[in-house]
Amino acid sequence: MSKIQRTGRRHPVAAAALLLVGLFVSGGSYALVTGAATASNDVPSAQQIETGESLFLANCASCHGLNAEGTKAGPSLMGVGALAVEFQVGSGRMPMSGSGPQAEVKPVQFTQSDIDAMAAWVATLAPGPGIPDDKFLTGGDASNGAELFRVNCAMCHNVAGAGGALTEGKWAPDLKNIDPVHVYAAMVTGPQNMPVFSDMNITPEEKRDIISYLQYLDENPSVGGFDLGSLGPVSEGLFVWIFALGGLIAITVWLTAKSN
Amino acid sequence: MAKSGKDVELSSGSAVQRTGLVENPGFEPAHKRVHDLDPAKATKAEKGISALFLISGLMSVAAFALNFAFPIVEGDLSTTRLNTLLVGVAIAAGLLSLGVGAVHWAKALMHGHDLVEERHPTRGDEPTRQRAAEIFTQANKESGWTRRRLLRNSLVTALVAFPVPAIALLRDLAPAEDPNTVLKYTAWKKGTRLARDTSGVAIKASEVTIGSAFHVIPENLHEYHETYLNEKAKAAVLLMRLPIEDLNESEDRKGWSYDGIVAYSKICTHVGCPVALYEQQTHHLLCPCHQSEFDVSNHCKVIFGPAARPLPQLPITVDAEGYLVAQSDFLEPVGPSFWERTT
Amino acid sequence: MTVETKSKPVPQSSGRGMRVAGGIANYLDERTSISVAVKQLGRKIFPDHWSFMLGEIALYSFIIILLSGTFLTLFFDPSMVEVHYEGSYVPLKGIQMSAAYASSLDITFDIRGGLLMRQVHHWAALLFVASIGLHMLRVFFTGAFRKPREINWVVGFLLFIMAMAEGFTGYSLPDDLLSGNGLRIIDGMVKAIPFIGTWISYLLFGGEFPGTVIIPRLYMLHIMLLPAIVIALIAIHMVLLIVNKHTQFAGPGRTNNNVVGSPILPVFAAKAGGFFFIVFGVVMLIASLFTINPIWNYGPYDPSPVSAGTQPDWYIGFADGMLRIMPSGWEFVLGGYTFAMNLIIPIVVLLVFIAVVAVYPFIEAWVTGDKREHHIAERPRNAPTRTAIGAAGVAFYAILWAGASSDLIATHFRVSVEGVIITLQILFFAGPVIAFWLAKKMALALQRKDREIVLHGYESSHIVRLPGGEYREIHTPLDPYEKWKLVAFEEYEPALVRPNAQGKITIGSRIRAGVSRFYFEDRITPVTKDEIEAAKRAIH
Repeated sequence: MSKIQRTGRRHPVAAAALLLVGLFVSGGSYALVTGAATASNDVPSAQQIETGESLFLANCASCHGLNAEGTKAGPSLMGVGALAVEFQVGSGRMPMSGSGPQAEVKPVQFTQSDIDAMAAWVATLAPGPGIPDDKFLTGGDASNGAELFRVNCAMCHNVAGAGGALTEGKWAPDLKNIDPVHVYAAMVTGPQNMPVFSDMNITPEEKRDIISYLQYLDENPSVGGFDLGSLGPVSEGLFVWIFALGGLIAITVWLTAKSN
Repeated sequence: MAKSGKDVELSSGSAVQRTGLVENPGFEPAHKRVHDLDPAKATKAEKGISALFLISGLMSVAAFALNFAFPIVEGDLSTTRLNTLLVGVAIAAGLLSLGVGAVHWAKALMHGHDLVEERHPTRGDEPTRQRAAEIFTQANKESGWTRRRLLRNSLVTALVAFPVPAIALLRDLAPAEDPNTVLKYTAWKKGTRLARDTSGVAIKASEVTIGSAFHVIPENLHEYHETYLNEKAKAAVLLMRLPIEDLNESEDRKGWSYDGIVAYSKICTHVGCPVALYEQQTHHLLCPCHQSEFDVSNHCKVIFGPAARPLPQLPITVDAEGYLVAQSDFLEPVGPSFWERTT
Repeated sequence: MTVETKSKPVPQSSGRGMRVAGGIANYLDERTSISVAVKQLGRKIFPDHWSFMLGEIALYSFIIILLSGTFLTLFFDPSMVEVHYEGSYVPLKGIQMSAAYASSLDITFDIRGGLLMRQVHHWAALLFVASIGLHMLRVFFTGAFRKPREINWVVGFLLFIMAMAEGFTGYSLPDDLLSGNGLRIIDGMVKAIPFIGTWISYLLFGGEFPGTVIIPRLYMLHIMLLPAIVIALIAIHMVLLIVNKHTQFAGPGRTNNNVVGSPILPVFAAKAGGFFFIVFGVVMLIASLFTINPIWNYGPYDPSPVSAGTQPDWYIGFADGMLRIMPSGWEFVLGGYTFAMNLIIPIVVLLVFIAVVAVYPFIEAWVTGDKREHHIAERPRNAPTRTAIGAAGVAFYAILWAGASSDLIATHFRVSVEGVIITLQILFFAGPVIAFWLAKKMALALQRKDREIVLHGYESSHIVRLPGGEYREIHTPLDPYEKWKLVAFEEYEPALVRPNAQGKITIGSRIRAGVSRFYFEDRITPVTKDEIEAAKRAIH
């Protein structure tokens, strides 16, 4: 109709301003509604969001769709939030080598600024969880965290975070030396088959306690010595048969052999 | 053919008695050791073994000293580790050097290695067996054991009856109540709010987002002071929210869920471990003890593993303030099967 | 007749030490007749083979368990009264737990030597049961359970069961999450028993599970009743060993009527005593370096949480595995009563298995009809069917044991847990059959190889060229001592069906003949002198 519509252009600043307002409104209202502990990080720039979009198109759209609406190979990313991107891409799970129910940890394929860019773009699609504030990532009560971990997490990840089997060939990974942001992120976003532990189920303070417990495990090696993988009686039994009995049998062969 | 006794020939059953077998060549010539032939080597070995014994003594003393030199500082786990490691390794060194020294002494220096001892048949010889039989016959005659049948049989009766009171004494191992009534009911009642395990804070339906798994206890569980764990062992529940389209509900249980939120007993129907591995996408529930799998989309029916029955479902709804509440107790006994379960 | 109370003549030698020792010996002898024991036992002969020391590993492990266990009883509180933890381990501070768990944590973190003794105790316990198992396998595969040692086999079998019971009651004492779930599983199995199950469960736990009395009751069993039974059984086992003397492998100069080896004093005492210190040292070293049963990770027992990778100690694994491989849905209700076949069948199968193990000596004695005493330990290859049966039994046990770690196999080899279980379900039936067949074939093949070596000697790897151009490898003949070892074994043939005194052929006789055929139809006969002569005359 008019010149304006033909070109479809507005002032460049207007677009950025609109985005900013949109982000503030959606992010703020989300935070209000869910009480989520989103960090007051730097607001992503338009440049970052554009970079994020092109990275997405090049690396993710083949499974997640050109507008992240989802395809048969990958789910929609509307509303997953920056936190999900940070988790999946920052731990190397994404891009997946093939679609399936289990996304393995692999070497991280992107720099942190690339990940932040993609996260920023995905966050614009729909309101979703953002990167948590630092105060929820450290300094919690490891004792309360351990109790919460045993009730909510140990059945899949094992009491010492050694990981465990799920159905049909899937598994819950071990939790050694995981970035606190990723621990927080996994609880909030419920990646792949992990249930969702939203901030209404496990509060941000409780999440901090759980993270502190995992950090305690990382910083304090077992007081009993080498822990044989923290896999419990199976590894202990194998050790006894192979090394204790095996060693003692070798000694009995020496003991009963004729001296030179 | 091996004989077992000089006076008695025992049946060899289906063993083959062959002739013309190779005969035992007798003992090999004696084996001389380096230490028997060369006295200098023997002295060297003696010095080495003595050194081992002295080291052993030193290590035992060292272990004693290390225990006090490296005490445990309360709160510092590294001191626990260090104390355990140093004392343990020192004791081990003491034990091993003592043991190795003694064995080497026997192997290298001691004499008397291939000596022979004759076996005797295990059974006593004839005179001994005859005497034994005589003794029993005499005791029988002198007591009248075989002859006085009433006396003997009444004694046997008394001896059989004597341990019976002990069985009665064991009755109070358990309380008087009938276990079957207790096992069939849990702490859930109509209107009991579902609460978080372990804090006991009640749960609102709006807090349960799709894909969530909440670990649940009855809100009033803490009131059971004496029997808290006993009640929890029956009342533990897993609360999940599925997309409505993924929930295949049977006609008679349509009212048991709330907006895709379902509650199932967490106590495995196999042997009672907590079934808590919930897979958000597949809606499978896995028990880690023996790998029974339940399908939450289909009323937790068993899809793999040794469990024989689906997990009992807790009928839930919301109260006026939006909190999730039980509509009643479970409609069947929770947990593992038992004989009187359906009576 | 007067008894002279002259003191025993003191041996003439220099040194005050010898005179003191003589004085003590005299004092004791005049009050206990100890010289009789010294005369009978002091030069008793024990044959020397490494496989005869496995029972010693078990005995010494038990002593280590007693010593370390005594230390633990000084500090452990077997009570289920709830307390709040105030010790050193930060992630459990303030947590409510039983006094049993709290005292176990105190032993671990805050008592010097506590963690060391806990780890020594538990590692020694695992070694105890393992060495009993291996010792039983040695006795089985060498036929050392035959007359006159059948009773000792049964005593040893009971020791194995008692050791498992000791282990189970012991690791349940700290009342942690892992062992607590183990108790929960036992309770579930007990409840499934028809008629009396719920009552036994109630009596065991003093009411509902978990109750407040199970830990003190297990404690009584663990430190009083079961150790008393174990010590009594060990005493019987040792007495029978002394009365029957130890078996020995066939060899030059060794017959069924003698024992060749070292006397107790001094050689055997030095070696056995030294070995005690070595076993103790090995256990102590492992306990200083390797964590076992990290109870602090598990937390106190609560019926709600559970850990991925929940397994019992290794010797209970075969039972746990049997539970895991049962198919779904095996339960029915009849007349209003529940038959939990998914639990009853495992219980029955395992009871039958261990019953067969317990009575095997009597089965074999019935099959062979051999009533003679046997003091020669057989080489496994010379009893092919027995060895194959043993292999099948080991395969059966191992398959069930593997079942207990199905989830760990799945995660470590990146396969599905369902795939592991289905494979084991197939192997449950096929495995023992394949193991039997393989072991029997291997034993017979080894016997044939022994025959070959006796008749034709060892291949010496020296090649000669004969005048006609032919190449031949020279075979070194065996010396008579080596030869004897390869030909000295018993041969049995299948029993014939025999009519009894009334002229009837009973079903028992038919069955015996059939089983005897199964055992002895395929066999290799020992080499005779004629065959050796014939082989010498033949051109090599």
